[in-house]
This record gives sequence, C-alpha cells and structure tokens, in this order.
Amino acid sequence: MKIAVCVSHVPDTAAKINIGSDGKTLDPNGVTFIVNPYDEFAVEEALKTKEKIGGETVAISLGTDANKETLRKVLAMGIDNAVLLKDDSYRDSISVAKALAEEIKAQNAELVFFGKQSVDFDNSVVGQLTAEFLGYNCISVVVSFSLEGNKIICEREIEGGKEIVETTLPALITAQKGLNDPRYASLKGIMAAKKKEILEKQPSAASNSIEIITMKKPSPKQAGKILGTDATAVPELVRLLREEAKVI
Amino acid sequence: MANKILVFIEQRNGKIKKSSLEAVKAASDIAQKLSGSVEAVSIGNEIENLEKVGGYGACKITHFKNAALENYSPSAYADIIAKYSGEKNFDIFFFAASSMGKDLAPRVAVKTDSGLAMDCILLNCESNEIIATRPIYAGKALIEVKLTSPKKVFALRPNVFNPGTPTDKKADVSIINVDSPNLSVKVVDIKKSEGKIDVAEADIIVSGGRGMKGPEHFKLVEDLAEVLGAASGASRAVVDAGWRPHSEQVGQTGKTVSPSLYVALGISGAIQHLAGMRSSKYIVAINKDKDAPIFQVADYGIAGDVFEVVPAMIEEIKKIKS
Repeated sequence: MKIAVCVSHVPDTAAKINIGSDGKTLDPNGVTFIVNPYDEFAVEEALKTKEKIGGETVAISLGTDANKETLRKVLAMGIDNAVLLKDDSYRDSISVAKALAEEIKAQNAELVFFGKQSVDFDNSVVGQLTAEFLGYNCISVVVSFSLEGNKIICEREIEGGKEIVETTLPALITAQKGLNDPRYASLKGIMAAKKKEILEKQPSAASNSIEIITMKKPSPKQAGKILGTDATAVPELVRLLREEAKVI
Repeated sequence: MANKILVFIEQRNGKIKKSSLEAVKAASDIAQKLSGSVEAVSIGNEIENLEKVGGYGACKITHFKNAALENYSPSAYADIIAKYSGEKNFDIFFFAASSMGKDLAPRVAVKTDSGLAMDCILLNCESNEIIATRPIYAGKALIEVKLTSPKKVFALRPNVFNPGTPTDKKADVSIINVDSPNLSVKVVDIKKSEGKIDVAEADIIVSGGRGMKGPEHFKLVEDLAEVLGAASGASRAVVDAGWRPHSEQVGQTGKTVSPSLYVALGISGAIQHLAGMRSSKYIVAINKDKDAPIFQVADYGIAGDVFEVVPAMIEEIKKIKS
C-alpha cells in the first residue's frame, strides 16, 4: 500500500514574528524554518505503519524551493520518496488542500497522514479539507492509531477526554502530539536523503476565497505591577483579583 | 443578498455547549448589521432546551434526530448540514471552533462550496461584508480577512464572544428524524478524563512550569486550581519532560487559551508559551526571577518563591470564599 504524508515548512516556534512592509505577510528575515512539529508525528506514524504492513511512503510538500529542506529531513527519517508541489503564490487552506488532493490521487495513496495543524496559520483544517476533496474518510487530532486489515480505530483528543473513532480505508489521519515519539534521523538516513531526488511538480493554479486585508502584531500588553517578593504580597494580590479585576 | 445565517449547535450528552450559544449571539449581531436572519441546526438524539437558542437570537432551530447520532460522526454530521443547506440555501455558516467545530466546519465548507475563516476572535461589518480577525502563529500576529466566495463559513474561538444575557424569546423547534445516516466515520465511545476541567474550556487556568521543580510538586498547582475552580495547565518544558500530559500544554504546540484569569506558576514565559496565553483577560505570574519575560505580560506579579507564595494564596482565597 502507498502511504502519503503531507508536510509543511514553518517558522520555528521560538521565532519572533515580524510583519513585512506590505502589511499583509510575514517578514522572513532572520526567521529559521523547521518541519512543522505536528508533521513529525505524521511522518513517524507513516513509517511505523509501513514497518508493520509494508508498502511505500511518499512525502508531499507545497511551497517554494525552501521546502526541500523539510522534505530532506523527512527523507532522512526514512520516508521513501518526496514530491515538491512548487508554488510561491499565496494560497488559502482550501486551495492548498485542492493541490494536495490532486497529488495524493496521482500517487494513488490509500492512507494519508497530516499534522493536525501547521503552526503558521493555525487553521487546523487542511487535512479535513483534503479528505473531502479526495472523498476519503478522515479522523482529525489523533493520539492513537491502529490499522487492522481495512479497519481503522483511533483515539481523537477532545475537550476533557478522548473519542474512540472507527472508520475504514481509504483514510486520512491528522496527528496530534502524543501519537508517538518521532524518531531521529540516523547518519545513514541523512546521507541517503542527500542522494534522493525530490520530484518537482507544478500544482494547478490557486483560486483563493480568503483575502488578507492586514496582518499586524497584537497590541503590546502593558506590563503590570510586581506586588512584592514573598507571601506578604498575597493578600494584596487576592484583593486586586477580587476588587479590580473581578475575576475571583 | 439575503444573508441567511445557519449556526451549528453542538451538543455533548444532550446538552447544548456554551460556545455554540456564543456563536448564535455573534451571528445575531452580524445579522442585524447585514439585515439577515439566523437559524440554528443541531444533530444528535435527545437534546435539552433546544428552544433556548431563541434567547440568543436564532428564530428557529431544526434538530436532526437519530439515536446513532448521539455521539459525533463527521461523515453523518457534514452530510446532514450540507443537505439541509442545499434545501434552504443558507449563505453563511457559523460554528464554534471547538474540537468538533474545527473538525466539522472544513467538511461543510467543501460540501457547500464555501470559503472558510477559522478561529475568529472578532467580527465586524464594513460595506455589507464581514471582516474577521484571527490569530496566526499562535497569536504572535493577527490577520484581518474577508471571504470572497458567495458562501462563507466562520468558526469562532470559544470563550471570546460574549453570549450576553439571553432574552425569554423561544426559538421554533422542528425535529426531523434521520434515516440511515452515513456513519462511515463514527465515534463509538468517549473516554472522559475524570472530573477535570479542560484548559481549552476553562474560565480560570492555573499553569505550572519548570519552576515547580518536579512532577511531585504539581499537587500545589492542582490545589490552587481547585480553590479557584480552575483547570490545571502546563508549559511545554514540563510536558516534554513527562511531568504532565500533553492535554494540559498551553502554548504554540499545545492549546491557545483566553480565560478570564491565567495564573502562571514558575513559568519563565518562552515566546511560544506567551503566544498561547497572552490574550487571557488577566494574567498573574509568580516566579522567583523578577526579570522573567512572563512579567512583561502579567497584570499582577509576585517575584517570589512559588513554594511559599502559592500555599499563602490558597489560604487567602479559601478565606475570602468562605
């Protein structure tokens, strides 16, 4: 069976975000980019599944040449093949999902893993959208995955607990932290990944339905009062929470 | 344009979720500005007090009923909403961006050919168009967006829109029995974390970080949470160290929260943590290091030892609550 995993290339979570001069985009200067953290869980689950049932894994990423860095990293973890859908235009989630769905179809992958969200635009929807375009069953925010024959059982994280969800192949799963412990790339893996070819393809043109009017930083929060350095400040703190903030 | 708005009402155990009522009120405010109308839709088995959505501004609620739909089924729920929308031709869909809403909204967007704005924290109208503000990079930046598609889906972050005080208006309730729903993806069981409030839904959160010095000291975090009726949260450092479960993690690779009160105990305030909690209405920080970045976002702080300050806080709060 062919297993696909979709990966995105995002600013490091430790990065400071600055807005570009157009007031609508990120200023990438000085920002380190990484494999989207949730996608590492997706990659690990794809690799584990292949180890269990055999088959072939392919990673797909949409973006610029810079995304090759992320694709090399997941190849080094053990993914067999990589495809870059080369596109430097702005795409909204729906438009990204359409392009990914086309490629997954072309790859004929029956099982697909995504991270539950990219930590850039934080929509948490591209997996579900892609599954809809493919007509695949989809379970999102998964913390436990099992596949027996055609049948899938997952645990999905919800407020205050977990849902046990059942479905069948073909299916798309979005990974939440806790699903597994992503492996580190071995030196051998890193060397092998350098030699692998990343297939470049042109996705169909974007048709966006979301327009960004402005991008801005949140208004800075005014630093508050330091009320003291020990427990003697506690009565004043509790009084302020009760009388000024009115939150307790 | 008619601007017919449909709000999805989420239920768990037959009870309507508060975040759905927030969405009804927000939809009703938008409908007034766009001279539109608001209806609601719910899916499940028995649901209590469906008519109460009227008090928040929905004139009508249609409940799709089948015992097999008591638990969430992404496939069935999306199909039912899409089919109902096809019959009634709604223009705008509102969801709460809860676990269920985040899963369901994109599916409905594809089935109804709508544009999609997730996790909105502010909605305005300008020249008859909805302008939504949403956080990106876990709140390190905000974007204002508009949807250019004829049909639109908005999912609203829970705990941000004020549902207001409901009026006594009752919505017209109609119940439609669903025959053979599409259960190709189906929740078969729910495992609850016993008695715990989830950080994503809590009005008060008490979080602990590295400064708690070890998993055995999180009892102190939980004790303060208990007297405040709060959820307990954690920083990424302590989740990665295995001291606390990931479900408690607040920050960029955990949950983004905006409670009324956020109490940070022994948390220095890494940028990815601040991103996830800075929109809390009030922030209290207790940390030994007076230069810790957490104090830059805190409304009130004590630059002292958590092991001395927190027990005193617990006593003081017990005193005023008794």
